Amino acid sequence: MQEQERNIRYNAYVEAKIAKTHAWPSLFNSFWVGGLICTLGQLCNDLILLWFPSVSTQSAWAYTLIILIFLASFLTGLGVFDKIGAFAGAGTIVPITGFSNSIASPAIEFKNEGIIFGMCAKMFIIAGPVIVSGTVASMIVGLIYLFL
Amino acid sequence: MERKRGNQTVFFNNKPKIIGHYSIVGPKEGKGHLRKYFSQIEEKDDFFGQKTYEKAERVMIERALDGAIKSANAKYSDVHLFMAGDLLNQIISSSYAARSFDIPYVGVFGACSTMAESLALSACLVDGGHFDTIACATSSHFSTAERQFRFPLELGNQRPPTSQWTVTGSGADVVSIKGNGPRITSATFGKVTDFGINDVNNMGAAMAPAAMNTLIAHFKDTNTTPDDYDLILSGDLGKLGSEILIDLMEDQGYKLGLNYKDCGQMIFKRNQNVLMGGSGCGCSATVFNSIIMKKLIAGEYKKVLFMATGALLSTTSSQQGDTVPGIAHAVVIEGVEK
Repeated sequence: MQEQERNIRYNAYVEAKIAKTHAWPSLFNSFWVGGLICTLGQLCNDLILLWFPSVSTQSAWAYTLIILIFLASFLTGLGVFDKIGAFAGAGTIVPITGFSNSIASPAIEFKNEGIIFGMCAKMFIIAGPVIVSGTVASMIVGLIYLFL
Repeated sequence: MERKRGNQTVFFNNKPKIIGHYSIVGPKEGKGHLRKYFSQIEEKDDFFGQKTYEKAERVMIERALDGAIKSANAKYSDVHLFMAGDLLNQIISSSYAARSFDIPYVGVFGACSTMAESLALSACLVDGGHFDTIACATSSHFSTAERQFRFPLELGNQRPPTSQWTVTGSGADVVSIKGNGPRITSATFGKVTDFGINDVNNMGAAMAPAAMNTLIAHFKDTNTTPDDYDLILSGDLGKLGSEILIDLMEDQGYKLGLNYKDCGQMIFKRNQNVLMGGSGCGCSATVFNSIIMKKLIAGEYKKVLFMATGALLSTTSSQQGDTVPGIAHAVVIEGVEK
């Protein structure tokens, strides 16, 4: 009992001791980098529609996503993306670029543990939960549609 | 003189000495405050000429051990035992490095406290007369530690403000009953202490209570106060952890003054983006085996209390939501006998 109380007191003391981070500068960086990425996506989309009039709007979205995913993976491979991410935080994580980086970075990291159980298996250690929650969410939505 | 006092402190009456020391660090550490004190700095990259970071860490231990033995003017055959440990699962860096040497090997694990732990144990074995000369070493590598404990290197995440930067480096010492060098006069073995911190990004706060316990036990057992030492050196508490330790000690009636320093805060410069400072086995090992040993030999320090702290967690325990237990071992090193 006494120990528990001591631990609670100590945790509260440590919590108070930690220097508070300033939210606004990091929010600002997230905002403008995230906005820039989205603008880039929109630019890709518009250019595709402009240059290839036969492409449908739906396919143009898909091509845009492919371009953004490629760019993020490419920058990850060059070792640049982690620096942008450290600077912009959620600004690079929330767009699809973050998803791409979260798959590409463990693939690079665990390549030396073999192709199958290293790269292929560990590729999803960070993105895995996102895929699972996306699948589960779509199942739930599907069920709701079934009964509506 | 007695050999043990209290429950935790042992005294070495036969004067085991540190006759050789060596430190090797990666490029980032080489750009830090202690550049001119390290024995060897790998300037190019932190691969040390190897294909993987794990192999690079082994090479660091091999070079550190080799350097320490050479700096003691000894031969491999003079060293009767090699004691080492590191952070990786099953302490592979140490054991695989030991594979290259024809010396009996003992693996030890004390997380980041390994340097003080192995120095204390070596001193016990040498003082007891079981071995004449023992080499001890430890290492850590930023990239292997990140891979094991945190995220892939290229992941674009932000580091929490309380986190520390694992030092890429290795340090080795040769402890012997013969020869000349700074003497290890006593050691205090710490107890595992857990004050219920479960944030794995706040190691300083997790380890500070263990450091406090060991320091108090040491001061009580040896009848000394913080002022009796030229330097009280903690391993890798970092900025936050050392501030907490100072507070905790003050609550217990001990004042840690200007003679208290932390290796984690000494090694990097502030603009190197390391947040709370350095950490890892290599942090205390390289700082101790560079600036501290040189100043002990030069006579600038006469009595140093070297206490390395470790966080005894694994990825499994932290993923299961367990708290982070800490440990701290302390050794007293006195200047060269004239």
